[in-house]
Amino acid sequence: MGGFATLLHKELLRFWKVGFQTVAAPVLTALLYLLVFAHALEGRVRVFENATYAAFLLPGLVMMSVLQNAFANSSSSLIQSKLTGNLVFILLPPISYVEFFCAYVLASMVRGLLVGAGVLAATVWFVELPLVAPLWTLLFALCGSAILGAMGLLAGIWADKFDQLAAFQNFVILPLTFLSGVFYSIHSLPPFWQALSHLNPFFYLIDGFRYGFFGASDFPPLASLAVLGVSLLGLCAATLALLRSGYKMRG
Amino acid sequence: MPVAIEIRNVRKRYADVQALAGVDLDILPGEFFGLLGPNGAGKTTLISVIAGLVRADAGAVRVLGADVVADYRRARRLVGVVPQELVFDPFFTVRETLRFQSGYFGLRRNDDWIDEILRHLDLTSKADANMRALSGGMKRRVLVAQALVHRPPVIVLDEPTAGVDVELRQGLWQFIRGLNRAGHTILLTTHYLEEAERLCGRIAMLKAGRIVALDSTRRLLETFSGLQVKLTLDREALPEGLAGTVIAADAGQFTLKLRDHAELETLLQRLREEGAAIQELELAPPDLEEVFLRVMERH
Repeated sequence: MGGFATLLHKELLRFWKVGFQTVAAPVLTALLYLLVFAHALEGRVRVFENATYAAFLLPGLVMMSVLQNAFANSSSSLIQSKLTGNLVFILLPPISYVEFFCAYVLASMVRGLLVGAGVLAATVWFVELPLVAPLWTLLFALCGSAILGAMGLLAGIWADKFDQLAAFQNFVILPLTFLSGVFYSIHSLPPFWQALSHLNPFFYLIDGFRYGFFGASDFPPLASLAVLGVSLLGLCAATLALLRSGYKMRG
Repeated sequence: MPVAIEIRNVRKRYADVQALAGVDLDILPGEFFGLLGPNGAGKTTLISVIAGLVRADAGAVRVLGADVVADYRRARRLVGVVPQELVFDPFFTVRETLRFQSGYFGLRRNDDWIDEILRHLDLTSKADANMRALSGGMKRRVLVAQALVHRPPVIVLDEPTAGVDVELRQGLWQFIRGLNRAGHTILLTTHYLEEAERLCGRIAMLKAGRIVALDSTRRLLETFSGLQVKLTLDREALPEGLAGTVIAADAGQFTLKLRDHAELETLLQRLREEGAAIQELELAPPDLEEVFLRVMERH
């Protein structure tokens, strides 16, 4: 228990010490998206009857920030430790692979949720946003941050250099988030692309998260949650199996 | 009392390199043990297996009876490792680094001991400095401090003085010798053979993943090094039939190689019989470097 708590503390302090880069900057980025897209598309895109485009967009941006930062946290922390060699300080003590996994994923969740909350806190003042089912919102945010935290850990274990990690981030995570319905409702897409979107796990995250605000979604939230739950379990199992085997960690 | 480090038929292969080809070794409690070998001999791999950083393909390692795989929690509490690379976490200060390291071992409120280690390693004034701001030698000492936060009975040092200046090296050895006197078992790898000769009670030499020599430092020196004698005589030529081998001869100055002190005795006797007057006699002590080279040559 001691090892786990300390590792979690270390991981939290690690990003908090560079909070401008890890928390404030992503909040600002999300605000800029909101500003630009809401200005450009307001009145042209109408998804919900009684909500502005900015209101529709905001939950998507919040979730996108949660996901990207949860992924960035575990993946960059692990690859930095691997490349600088200071991972040895965590590998030498009696910390189990489960404790290792939990500490990294939890810290990622905290950073993701912190950034998401930051975006929300900075915008609720000028975007009128309902909150129909806050528990659903919270549930999807937790689920999304956990999935991306685990994904980041997986990528961090696999990658041998920053370049590979950046590739994963830019060629997998970024397209999946952008094409998940952050900026549009997938009902506005042609049937083929609509069907394809259902293969994107991030779609369920954005859609379910948005349901918590508007009480309306493209896909039933419970079904989304089921899809995500299965994805999360699979991802956890895969990551834990890799950690247990010592793959790329314990030569 | 169980063996401090028990290594049984440990094998490890990396792609096409057999890093460890069946190593058997017992290191006893309280020993100051040296592990020597050329680069790529498998020293770091062996240490990594002991530390749980690398998993052996076959064989077993136990630290004070605790298997490093099956009983890893206990094994890792019993061993403190100073890694070879000068690694650090740039996000934290010296004290934070040591507090985290304590916490990883389940130790809260370890500050009294941390302060003591810092004092011994002359790092007290740097406790609140960021790791990045430290010199190489200081970072090396922090690595030593990190290995000691949980008061491990067995301490493993992988080339701890590589790139460390002479003064600091002396200080470090004084400290580690103190730990050894206090009962800690020390396992050391080093490239500085004179350090191993001075510090280690027993030495194992590793080559291509195998132990090629294992004995007390004294016996290794006696067995492989012999004696070197420098003589200045009152004549240009050495008398016939002297013991030993002549390495150099120049204008009444001779360097001879002897197997042991008994041979020195016969040499001196022979010189007396010949009526040769010794103007100067100098004995060069046995040298681990020579032992090392000879052992490596033979295998």
